Amino acid sequence: MFRIEVSVKPGFPDPRGEALQRDIRDLGITTVKQARVSDIYLLEGKPDEEEVGRICRELLADPLVEEYSYGEVSSPRIEDRNAHVIEVAYNPGVMDPVEESVEKGIGDLGIKTVESVKTAERYYLWGELPGSALKFICDKLLVNSVIQHMVTKREGVSLPATVYEFSLEVIDLLGMDSDELVELSKDRLWLDLNEMKEIQNYFSRLGRNPTDVELETIAQTWSEHCIHKTFKGKIKLGEVVIDNLLKSTIMKVTEELGKPWCLSVFVDNAGVIDFDGRYALCFKVETHNHPSAVEPYGGASTGIGGVIRDILGAGLGGKPIMNTDVFCFGPPDLPYDRLPEGVLHPRRIFKGVRAGVADYANRLGIPTLNGAILFDERYVGNPLVFCGTVGLLPKELSQIGQQQPGDLVVLVGGRTGRDGIHGVTFASGELTRESEAISTSSVQIGNPITEKKLIDALLKARDRGLYRRITDCGGGGLSSAVGEMARETGVCVYLDLVPLKYSGLTYTEIWLSESQERMVLAAPRGSVDELVSLFAGEDVEATVIGEFTNNRHLQLFYQGNLVSDLDMEFLHNGLPQLRREAIWERPQHSEPDFPEPHDLGDDLFGILGSPNVCSKESVIRQYDHEVQGASILKPLVGIENDGPGDAAIVKPIPDSNKGVIVSNGINPKYGDIDPYWMAASAIDEALRQVIAVGGDLGRVALLDNFCWGNPDKPDRLGALVRAAEACHDIAISYETPFISGKDSLYNEYEAEGKTICIPHTLLISALAVMEDVNRAVSMDSKREGDLLYIVGTTWNELGGSHYYGIHGFIGNNVPKVDPRRGRELMDRLSRAMGKGLVRACHDLSEGGIGVAAAEMAFAGGLGMVIDLERVPLGEPINRSDFVLFSESNTRFLVEVAPEDRHEFESMMAGVDFAAIGRVKDDERFEVYGITGERVLSASIAELKEAWERPLRW
Amino acid sequence: MARVKTLILRAPGTNCDEETAFAFEQAGSQVELAHIKELLGHQKLLSSYQIMAIPGGFTYGDDISAGKVLANEIRLKLREDIQGFIDSGGLVLGICNGFQVLVKAGILPRPADGSPQQLTLAGNDSGVFECRWVYLRVNQKSPCIFTKGMTSMYLPVAHGEGKVVAEPGILEELNVVLYYADETGNVQAGYPYNPNGSVDNIAGICDASGRIFALMPHPERFTRWTQHPRWTREPPQKYGDGFHIFRNAVEWVENA
Repeated sequence: MFRIEVSVKPGFPDPRGEALQRDIRDLGITTVKQARVSDIYLLEGKPDEEEVGRICRELLADPLVEEYSYGEVSSPRIEDRNAHVIEVAYNPGVMDPVEESVEKGIGDLGIKTVESVKTAERYYLWGELPGSALKFICDKLLVNSVIQHMVTKREGVSLPATVYEFSLEVIDLLGMDSDELVELSKDRLWLDLNEMKEIQNYFSRLGRNPTDVELETIAQTWSEHCIHKTFKGKIKLGEVVIDNLLKSTIMKVTEELGKPWCLSVFVDNAGVIDFDGRYALCFKVETHNHPSAVEPYGGASTGIGGVIRDILGAGLGGKPIMNTDVFCFGPPDLPYDRLPEGVLHPRRIFKGVRAGVADYANRLGIPTLNGAILFDERYVGNPLVFCGTVGLLPKELSQIGQQQPGDLVVLVGGRTGRDGIHGVTFASGELTRESEAISTSSVQIGNPITEKKLIDALLKARDRGLYRRITDCGGGGLSSAVGEMARETGVCVYLDLVPLKYSGLTYTEIWLSESQERMVLAAPRGSVDELVSLFAGEDVEATVIGEFTNNRHLQLFYQGNLVSDLDMEFLHNGLPQLRREAIWERPQHSEPDFPEPHDLGDDLFGILGSPNVCSKESVIRQYDHEVQGASILKPLVGIENDGPGDAAIVKPIPDSNKGVIVSNGINPKYGDIDPYWMAASAIDEALRQVIAVGGDLGRVALLDNFCWGNPDKPDRLGALVRAAEACHDIAISYETPFISGKDSLYNEYEAEGKTICIPHTLLISALAVMEDVNRAVSMDSKREGDLLYIVGTTWNELGGSHYYGIHGFIGNNVPKVDPRRGRELMDRLSRAMGKGLVRACHDLSEGGIGVAAAEMAFAGGLGMVIDLERVPLGEPINRSDFVLFSESNTRFLVEVAPEDRHEFESMMAGVDFAAIGRVKDDERFEVYGITGERVLSASIAELKEAWERPLRW
Repeated sequence: MARVKTLILRAPGTNCDEETAFAFEQAGSQVELAHIKELLGHQKLLSSYQIMAIPGGFTYGDDISAGKVLANEIRLKLREDIQGFIDSGGLVLGICNGFQVLVKAGILPRPADGSPQQLTLAGNDSGVFECRWVYLRVNQKSPCIFTKGMTSMYLPVAHGEGKVVAEPGILEELNVVLYYADETGNVQAGYPYNPNGSVDNIAGICDASGRIFALMPHPERFTRWTQHPRWTREPPQKYGDGFHIFRNAVEWVENA
């Protein structure tokens, strides 16, 4: 075995080493004077010295900036150059995508003597470091034991070849009593006793015991993750019994509105709407929370990979055109002594998630155009990672396909390994300190290039009509994908035909594996040869693994043995409806009692610099938001390309001016007061952003993503019901149907006898069609002398606001929504904007008028003066600070040229609006209070710096 | 006159192929996308085209280093075809990943004269991938046919490995086409105007003939005015700056 080390030549910068040194300093360790990182490649096989030399020179090391060394070694050199040396490698079975590329590169050199390649990273740290500090650095930065380990001795390159000898595993279910059923389910099936008994009855009717793969298949299909049994269950809240919360709230909106442009809703991998009569748009937002908690980089990248496959699996396949990501983390500066045991530090999760998303989405060539990052200490054990993708597809391909009996099951994409087994059932349980250990196999590293090749091949196959139906292989692996696809027909799958990454997988592991970058197609026999060769031309495997039948049975074979024979009817409709109790009591928070400050400057600076409001530029810049060349409104706007844009716009068809607007609304702080108004506010916020960039309510579709605590606890469930009810009430008035959604429950963390439940979190994502992108409006102020209007009514609504927050209060007067008036207001404003009367528009959300006005001013590089006396109020408010920072919904700040004043005002007549200020060229931001005195004066440069500084890392 | 034909080379991980194709079409060329396998298997022949472009992306994941695996594949398996294409007067454009590939395959700065690689594109000084718009000054002494008539440009970059590093001594011989600059054209403005730490603020180079040109910024992402990051606040232009690069190339072939 040869061991090659490649490192940056002395004298050249080593950015990875420098970043590591900064991270170590962030841990509070200041004695590391220098850090360097080098790459290790282990080559197994029998290359000769000359061949290894060529591999180093021509492939692995850059001739200008890198140096290399190699040798035939039996063990790693651990002592070196008076430095502390740590070498980290992936655990067996965790694949580093680089290995495959190195093997290809060696083959291209014409060298055939290398059998396999393994990579590792080597860290050199110089400076005084006691052993405890070194261990702290390893634990907190360098090694994640879920996927990696420190190399201390000689390691094999390839996995030891293990042979799996088939033996059918039958579980003696029929002989079990209730205790034994519960024991069997625990930590493996995550089903309750009632459900276990239903399964027992089914097999007792069949007169036989189940095999392991049958039980696992039922557990996957019946998991919360796959079937959303909480939302579909019977919930008793007070005297009311809600039969299927999903149908009675969210889906009801869509049904009652009956919009003809909703082409495919709630039935497919993504919701689909009509775009322009020729094309359709599909949209899905998914969460990947649990995996991101234990391995942020892999968790986030596979989250992106998964939602992209939802788009590929929508209708007969959508082409991904943009991404949107929303993250919720613990505070980035949380002291280590407040970190619960078994949890990664929020900063590490943040950096890992950011890198995972960037590396995956950038490589796929999909622009990441907007998103949000929120912080709250209650996310410390359960960070939330929402990944969303929009796709474009020909309208006639927008429906789920239908296979015919005799069609073949074709598995395409990456190979199958032990990755992610039990990911779905794992996501349906609470995380505990032990989660890391249990979930080792639930975490995967994605390979974005495999997915990119898959996209390229699939879209070609789609356009040639080579398959009849498609679905993605995500949570639950083949079990979910094939099981769901064959629901109405039946299927026979030959598990030994599935291409494997390595030997030794049992038939059950093959069936349940959640290996990434795979999709399942139903192809007519006559097209399979063409399909397979098309995929080969794009360097992607396509393998026939079975056929669809007409007996409505799920039959699995392994080496000729029948290992599963389940009735589709029982599998898909046999789950007993869940019954749960819910309660809802409005919490009472203390009302703030601090005096009104004479000067509001400190408060504005404080809110602008708070983690939720401050600039996310350092994250946004690491995402490619220009690829595909279709971005019309980018995430950063304004005179220096760094102001916070409201919603993203893309123009996906080069020769058409129609646009797609995507926005998000989320504010978990309001949920601490009332989840109903939290949900209402999230919808209003998502719609405001659509309007603010020049869109209208004509064709807006919504997605819901609920992230909640444990729904077995009645108070959590009661809050969920309230939020879902608001989704119905508000969306129906705005006439914005839901087209798809997702929920992630059980986001609670147990440590040291305490339970941390995340804040109730609802993300509402909006997808809107824009007639003409040339009408787009950005939020940055444009010209001195322009008038600044507020559109909308300001109420004394500071409950859950940032202003109360920085003074240490929550309060109770949460912002409400009046969608009937809201609709009128938004319609009028979008008509005025459509006529070109608006130079800039910004929606008011966190931090109210104060934050929105400051952002407009510094994004445009112009000063501003605002007079709070003129702000239209819905009720008397006798404090300037409350007017400036109230977070009432359905409000906008709008910049209008003086010559358009009359036309704008006449178009807005009938809703609350007022000219409250103007744009100036003196770079001062000034606010006059309700009694006419000046309450704030600051330079826009200072305000911008306060907003940009906090997350500039 | 027969229409100019452009081939856009694809490999696993290429991701700017469609917008690059669209830019060439806008500029009047006929365009075909070809997977590297189709060139290796001679299902498509370079000699049928007048322009070849290697677009942006992350070929083979940019594993090992950006563009390295594709560069080796081209150097070891397509060398004669490419040499023939260049010798017969073809134009080559490398954008972003295409720049990295051309340099690491030994096609730029001097096509295939067998000398060791004396130039490379190393990791950005910032240590991370960055997406931002940059001002570029066009070297008026450059023989580059793609930038004829242009003095400055504004284009987006999006890369993690764009820092030009050169062996001492070769900088003087290099045909630099584009320099990173600030909005006034000052090339000494530093980061973030020079987004990656490139030596001498080099953003794009060509060979001595001016027919082989590569750059880190993405001209295909600014061919229409509404792609400009400040189009909502600045007076409109008929075309985006990047359009002229494609148009110059097509026009040169039309007039050749």
